[in-house]
Amino acid sequence: MIRFAVQTQPVIKLAAIRKVYHTGEVDVHAVRGISLDIFPGEFVAIMGSSGSGKSTLMNMIGALDRPSGGSYLLDGIDVSTLDRDALADVRNEKIGFVFQGFNLLSRTSALENVEMPMLYNRHRIPSREQQERAINALNLVGLGQRADHHPNQLSGGQQQRVAIARALVNKPSLLLADEPTGNLDSQTSIEIMGVFQKLNDQGITIIMVTHELDIARYTRRNVILRDGNIISDTMVASRLNAEKELQQLREAQQAVKLTS
Amino acid sequence: MRIFASLKIARRALLRNKMRSLLTMLGIIIGVGAVIGSVSLTSGATKQIEDQVNSMGESVITVFSGNQTMGGMRGGWGSAPTMTVGDAQAIAGLKYVVAISPEVRDRAQVLANGLNWNTQVMGESPDYSKIRNWSLSHGTMFSDQDVRSLAKSAVIGQTVSDELFPNENPVGQTIRIRNLPFLIVGVLAPKGFNLYGQDQDDTIIIPYTSHMHRITTRTFLNDILVEASDDKTITTVQDEITDLLLTRHRSKEQDFTVRSQLELMQARTEASRSMGFLLAGVAAVSLIVGGIGIMNIMLVSVTERTREIGIRMAVGARAADILVQFLIEAVTLSAIGGSIGIAGGIGFSTMVGYLKDLPTVTPTFWIAIAFVSSAVIGIISGFYPAWKASKLDPIDALHYE
Repeated sequence: MIRFAVQTQPVIKLAAIRKVYHTGEVDVHAVRGISLDIFPGEFVAIMGSSGSGKSTLMNMIGALDRPSGGSYLLDGIDVSTLDRDALADVRNEKIGFVFQGFNLLSRTSALENVEMPMLYNRHRIPSREQQERAINALNLVGLGQRADHHPNQLSGGQQQRVAIARALVNKPSLLLADEPTGNLDSQTSIEIMGVFQKLNDQGITIIMVTHELDIARYTRRNVILRDGNIISDTMVASRLNAEKELQQLREAQQAVKLTS
Repeated sequence: MRIFASLKIARRALLRNKMRSLLTMLGIIIGVGAVIGSVSLTSGATKQIEDQVNSMGESVITVFSGNQTMGGMRGGWGSAPTMTVGDAQAIAGLKYVVAISPEVRDRAQVLANGLNWNTQVMGESPDYSKIRNWSLSHGTMFSDQDVRSLAKSAVIGQTVSDELFPNENPVGQTIRIRNLPFLIVGVLAPKGFNLYGQDQDDTIIIPYTSHMHRITTRTFLNDILVEASDDKTITTVQDEITDLLLTRHRSKEQDFTVRSQLELMQARTEASRSMGFLLAGVAAVSLIVGGIGIMNIMLVSVTERTREIGIRMAVGARAADILVQFLIEAVTLSAIGGSIGIAGGIGFSTMVGYLKDLPTVTPTFWIAIAFVSSAVIGIISGFYPAWKASKLDPIDALHYE
């Protein structure tokens, strides 16, 4: 905890952020004045049932959507005032997205999928460098050997790893994961959480939206939303270690095999 | 604008859907191919006519004796013996007239080398080869002196040479026309068939004086060939000849006909121009149809790839990047389609030309038109879908099912 205390500037500083949707006659208050600071190196799970406003909050943090009120500083930049193009640049440089449905381009190799964000850099990156960086990112998630595979040749877990590599390739300040384990079985989910923990140990800030309590236990901090407000913000006391959990799982499976 | 990146992205997107890309291009390929093919064939035909017209000599005016109607009698060119050598000499004195050849025509059985041949014997002046743009392959043309002295000199065409002097040089040999021996002084270069399908090389040319006094005992000319200084003065010369001959013949009625190659040329140009309009119309229709095909597929593609657009926007693509990507895809499709169409059209017309023995010419102008207009069609038909794609909201696009 001392580590965070020395860091003066938060990666994310939300101050009384609000979001109102005008649908027909009723105004829907999806987010009602949330204030939240997230510091470099944190691993935060944002939780809540559907309708709690977590997706809306996520979209605003991800610079996909602008708040109706309040201010949002990302790396010291006031995102709430930026126009569409500037938001696109912020997403490109500061944020890496990981989605529930992986969202890879079909019929496109893992390598090209990972290269994609670099094509939209404000400064042109030479092809050779793009390829190098993409390979490095794939190595980081343990898929360096499958760079030329297409998504339909990869398992769900592998596809999500490609998506994580894509999110990392522009060296973002923040990795934003929206239900990253929602489409995966429990063992693969733990594997993916292992990847996140490893990245977090290297100092990468991660925010993850999830509704699964056991998945949230792999993070360091849990923020729980209800009806557009934060109702709880706690540090995870007994954090699970994905590698250990996987080890135990494998031993259990081994035991089943031996007995049968 | 990140043009390089957009090019790369568009290339990848098109290669991802090879079959669809090909089918989308098909409309443009067939349209452009048909246009280039038919243009090549018609330009070939036009060129052939042009060459034949030119082979008659440029800026040449022919004055025929006789006219359509004369004193209530209906006849055609050459139906009345009215034109004299004096007329020809008077015409020669006109301004802008650079060459003149009084012409008398007859057919005769000629003998040489123990062989005989029936051919056309023409009386001309030495200017004839200049007027008709007709060079000699052997020997020389007879001279003005030959004309004055009624010389028995002859220049023969290639066909006559082939028939009477197979495998030998006829220059210096003797040929008998109506039993009179003529010395062959030259052989005309082969010219081939004229517009009416006559073999122009099947002819013998002798001085018109010799023709009129020795072969036929005619005092009138069939016609007079006149060359004007250039195609701009043709009309002036035509008018002056008409005035001059009307005065000389002291007749109210025109007993002669003045025609020029220019008139023939104009008729031809008119024909090829209307053909050009027709082709342009076909081209426009087929390109529009091809363009609609591209727009249709691009619209489907934008809907189908909504999620892809969302992903691209999420990782930092600006609206302009998406717009340019889809525009480039559309333009690439139409430009490649156009190029394939051009190649296919040239290939097709060459094949037809080869099989049917027709000349084909593909004007660079039409190739440029076809390419540019297919690219423009790509921009026009690609713009609406691309604009639609760029206006998508990233959040909606990401959650599009």
